[in-house]
Amino acid sequence: MTATSPATPTTPAAPTTGTLPQDPPASRGARLHRWDVRWGPYALIAPFFLFFAVFTLLPLLYTGWASLHRIELTAPERAEWAGLHHYARLLRNPLFWNALRNTLVIGVLSTVPQLLTALALAHLLHSRLRAATFWRVALLTPYATSVAAATLVFSLLYGRDHGLVNWVLGALGAGPVDWQNGTWSARLAVSSIVVWRWTGYNALLYLAAMQAVPDELYESAELDGASRTRQFLHVTVPSLRPTILFTVVVSTIGALQLFGEPLLFGGAGGQKGGASHQFQTLGLFLYEQGWFTYHLGRACAVAWTMFLLLLLIATGHGLARRLLRKDG
Amino acid sequence: MTTRARGHSSAGPLTYAALALVTAVSLFPLLWTAVAASHDSARLARTPPPLWFGGHLPHNLRVAWTDAGLGLALANTVLVAGTVALGTVLCCTVAGFAFARLRFRGSRPLLLLTVGTMMVPPQLGVVPLFLLMARLGWAGELRAVVLPALVSAFGVFFMRQYLSGALPAELVEAARVDGAHTGRVVWHVVLPAARPAMVVLGMLSFVQSWNDFFWPVVALTQENPTVQVALTGLGRGYVPDQAVVMAGALLGTLPLLLAFALLGRRITGGVMQGALKG
Repeated sequence: MTATSPATPTTPAAPTTGTLPQDPPASRGARLHRWDVRWGPYALIAPFFLFFAVFTLLPLLYTGWASLHRIELTAPERAEWAGLHHYARLLRNPLFWNALRNTLVIGVLSTVPQLLTALALAHLLHSRLRAATFWRVALLTPYATSVAAATLVFSLLYGRDHGLVNWVLGALGAGPVDWQNGTWSARLAVSSIVVWRWTGYNALLYLAAMQAVPDELYESAELDGASRTRQFLHVTVPSLRPTILFTVVVSTIGALQLFGEPLLFGGAGGQKGGASHQFQTLGLFLYEQGWFTYHLGRACAVAWTMFLLLLLIATGHGLARRLLRKDG
Repeated sequence: MTTRARGHSSAGPLTYAALALVTAVSLFPLLWTAVAASHDSARLARTPPPLWFGGHLPHNLRVAWTDAGLGLALANTVLVAGTVALGTVLCCTVAGFAFARLRFRGSRPLLLLTVGTMMVPPQLGVVPLFLLMARLGWAGELRAVVLPALVSAFGVFFMRQYLSGALPAELVEAARVDGAHTGRVVWHVVLPAARPAMVVLGMLSFVQSWNDFFWPVVALTQENPTVQVALTGLGRGYVPDQAVVMAGALLGTLPLLLAFALLGRRITGGVMQGALKG
């Protein structure tokens, strides 16, 4: 938005050719220069767009095409036209609706507490604090932990017979919970891994936005005798709305493609998302369709459905932004 | 970053208590990974679970390193994440510069395309990507996970935003008037100005690549895994010993944790900077 360079690319080259038309080396230099000004930018963006097109854009488009065909993992070069067959089948498949429901439920269970906690944490971090860097780094360590490592540890902590969580619950007088095999317990457990990994990261995003809020707003609020809580609700949160919206969208997209946590929480048959598919997400469903039942066309239909959901989220985001702007 | 809101009260004991609680929750699973990795699997199958270190850590680490292939996996991951970070930084810096400071036909639609697809998760294209790699004969090889991750739309946008602010247009023009060609401008003007943002982007890309999950799990096998693929193998029961699994999780996490501890301020600063630009 700030790129207001007044230079038009051809101006530096033009006078040179005009003043020195007879001098062959200079004019060759000028021609080279003009050529460079014209094509240089494309040379700079070419590596990015080459990789981006081959490995991101084309696969995405091809996914849409393949979702209309019957393709098997065992003979991927044979593609038969199937029309909307895969989609019709998908809509009739209770396991698809189950995966969609699980994705939404786990998405809400993980996104809402995560962002609310992050907001509160950022508020705490925003005060004058001793060892500020220590707190920030400590809260960011879960972000450095990979999905795989985190899920392996949490699976052990949530173990039915000898897990630490059940041991603590037992000490508090509550019965042991079969975390993996229960429906809600498993969804909660999977969500808790997401919350654990991303809360600190989001807190730092909010903190960055809070530091950009002008001091005068707080000063005048303080003069009005507003308490810290009131300052938080009436100064901080409204100023942070764009950032909050941004994190909501990013977390929602993350929740839509949730994969590693439920896969590894499920142990050996993880792609099923539990014995009765109670925590199978859309990502796992896609994986199972493609790599365990070998129907690549169906897997693509799932992927393309996820893409449509994504567009829906993006549209919602656009609408919300417009509404916010109207508000002031 | 050191400027703090002057009108802001300093933290009271309650603030510290709350922060300490959240920090404990953040660190506990990692600490407990180390605790669990220092016992044998028989001890982990007894109640109450261990809360302090036992004596089996070296043995478990050794088994995880050799039998579970974590040694190879770590070497592979360093190679993959390093290449990805380097490639992302280079490609995105020059492209970001072109979008920030150069005029060329089609720059606006191309930038819109980049920003518009920034949020699309690459995992939606896994099936064609898998077929492509199989056709090229690269399935199971490291380049199958390096190439698709080598550039990032976010990186281009991030560098463009940064250079729009940090690189004065006059500087580029002055170099141009002196007759410097694009390559010289990039080398002598753009790269020095972009260095702080390049460091941030490099760190973020490295962490992201290190922890990349879906595509590596699909594309690679246990014969030649990255850390995440090897840990997935552990988690799916290829090695039934829980203590060894925890030792593997510890090995796979330790390098990044050490980097975070050493570069703490830079990394938190980088995340916060990335937030403002994104």
